[in-house]
Amino acid sequence: MAGNRFQLTFEIAKVHLLSKPKQTIIAMLGVTFGIAMFIALVGLMTGLNDFTEDITMTSAPDIHIYKDITKPRQSILQQIYPNDMVWVYHQKPKNELTKVRNAKKIIELIRKNELVRGVAPALSSQVFCNYGPVQLNGYILGVDIMEEDKLFGIKSKMKEGRIEELLANREGIIMGKGLAQKLDTKKGDRVVITTPEGYTMTLKIVGIFQMGIGVIDNVRCYANIGTVQTILQQDPSYITDINIKLTDRHLAKKIAAELEAKFDTKAEDWETANATFLTGVIIRNIITYAVSVTLLIVAGFGIYNILNMTIYNKMKDIAILKAMGFAGGDVKSIFMIQSLIIGVIGAMAGLLIGYGLSVLISKTPFNGGDIISLDHFPVNFDLKFYMIGVVFGVITTAVAGYMPSRKASKIDPIEILRGQ
Amino acid sequence: MEVLVTRQINKYFYEPEKFQVLKEINLTVNRGEFLSLVGKSGCGKSTLMYVLSTMDTDYEGQLEIAGQKLTGKKQDELSAFRNEHIGFVFQFHYLLPEFTVLQNVMMPALKQSKYAREDIRDKAMHRLKTLGVEEHAHKPSNKLSGGQQQRVAIARALINDPDIIMCDEPTGNLDTYNTHLVFDIFRQLTSESNQTIITVTHDDEFASKTDRIVQMSDGRVVV
Ligand SMILES: Nc1ncnc2c1ncn2[C@@H]1O[C@H](COP(=O)(O)OP(=O)(O)O)[C@@H](O)[C@H]1O
Ligand SMILES: [Mg+2]
Repeated sequence: MAGNRFQLTFEIAKVHLLSKPKQTIIAMLGVTFGIAMFIALVGLMTGLNDFTEDITMTSAPDIHIYKDITKPRQSILQQIYPNDMVWVYHQKPKNELTKVRNAKKIIELIRKNELVRGVAPALSSQVFCNYGPVQLNGYILGVDIMEEDKLFGIKSKMKEGRIEELLANREGIIMGKGLAQKLDTKKGDRVVITTPEGYTMTLKIVGIFQMGIGVIDNVRCYANIGTVQTILQQDPSYITDINIKLTDRHLAKKIAAELEAKFDTKAEDWETANATFLTGVIIRNIITYAVSVTLLIVAGFGIYNILNMTIYNKMKDIAILKAMGFAGGDVKSIFMIQSLIIGVIGAMAGLLIGYGLSVLISKTPFNGGDIISLDHFPVNFDLKFYMIGVVFGVITTAVAGYMPSRKASKIDPIEILRGQ
Repeated sequence: MEVLVTRQINKYFYEPEKFQVLKEINLTVNRGEFLSLVGKSGCGKSTLMYVLSTMDTDYEGQLEIAGQKLTGKKQDELSAFRNEHIGFVFQFHYLLPEFTVLQNVMMPALKQSKYAREDIRDKAMHRLKTLGVEEHAHKPSNKLSGGQQQRVAIARALINDPDIIMCDEPTGNLDTYNTHLVFDIFRQLTSESNQTIITVTHDDEFASKTDRIVQMSDGRVVV
């Protein structure tokens, strides 16, 4: 008959809640508001994070091999007197090429690794792009466009033209959409490219691409490797970068270290390269949880207050219940059940409202402008957050309800009965 | 056969200053007895009732009810004991205002959870009927008159068939008609179902009709 007894405490709790509907609803609304905000905020924040991470990661290599010319080098003095204390301050960087040595060989070797999904060579340079009177900074990338497509899916990013046209056209160039717009050029136009060394060449736009990220679309152009080697006046073995995509990007750190040791060049993994971006993700997450937890704590204080008030008003009832044989624990559970009912119903309503808000947000038009190509807010509807929300809400109400409930269980009935 | 025994019960209050409110209470009450406790206001009657009812455990001496030694037991054990063996009727009726009359009467039995809900309901209705308030069973308890509420409180005190029913001035707020009614119910309980009644009263006429009068004065039982 234990079920009977629980049913009784539950019924008493229910009657208490229903006899003060306004108070009950206000307490529930506190929880509802906290959970709804949490769901909406976390959905939007992680949606944005996932979206930017996604486009950042698809357009960036998992491992980037290049020659690090900023690496500290030994001074001549140190080479001559290796065993003495020699300090050379403020060494000037050596004028050296950013060439990756034996690039062809390295690429062949890396390709044999089955954890590698693709390897593409590239050489790059800062350039000025001229079209009529307009001159803009750009970044030209000499690539094997078919390999590049395997790694970064260039084909699907093309807005005009096809990537095959670059293969057919030695003097062709595929330009980022942002750069093309600023130059006011379109497919078929010819632009003048000038290198920092002063070499000039006229190239024809055979296609326009859009990655969706301003920092790329506003500066980058693709050309054939040979073309870029020509404008940089370098020999056909000149490669400055090797980009690698792995089957699992989370292995990047480990594999990068191996490559670095093996080939004696710099190999940078995506986590290191995007450290600031990842820090941003963490900070956004912290803010989301901090705001939600604050809201829930406020809701918790609401429940604490209302329950305290209820208990104060029900002192006499508690005394009578105890006189007729209710133990302290029974009284405690009557009030704990009340706060849990408030918590569970409030949290459920919060989930519904949070879901509704998320749907609304995901339908809100939003212009990402130059920086990111977006027309609606990306919202994450991951079930995980809904579960965290419920657990949070119920724990908050349980904690908030515990102290008043315990106080109620400790009420001495004779103090109350004598007072009358 | 005795149902309640006290030995040398002393009790002190420490606020505002130490004073002895109960002095060497030695009391034996027999099963089926209808006992009234009388004395001047402030002589310690209510205080003694709280001790006898097991709600107040802050005393010296021994208390035994229905053969069980209760002194020194834990609060939860005492709660269960009260539920099973003691029924209460207060001067102010103390029904739970948010519950119906029937729910109030059923509550101690539901708490005991010894019988099925339907049986408890039938028993409660039967009690309400013998007390003449069954037509109010489904009303909120605070919609009843004082006399009716007091009868409901008695029905509630009786629902678990307790060994002892303790009352603190149960007729203090009632008119003559209702006072007589309550007396008759108590009389019937002691004579027909051999239950024991201990009641505090200021009503001399009421007291004179009971089996035994215990007189208190200044914290002592004098007769
Ligand atoms: N909680 C308390 N603290 C201190 N003194 C009390 C308390 N309750 C009652 N008293 C005192 O104890 C004495 C007995 O009170 P009580 O048992 O209520 O008397 P009665 O019910 O016979 O009128 C009175 O003098 C009263 O003032
Ligand atoms: Mg009194």
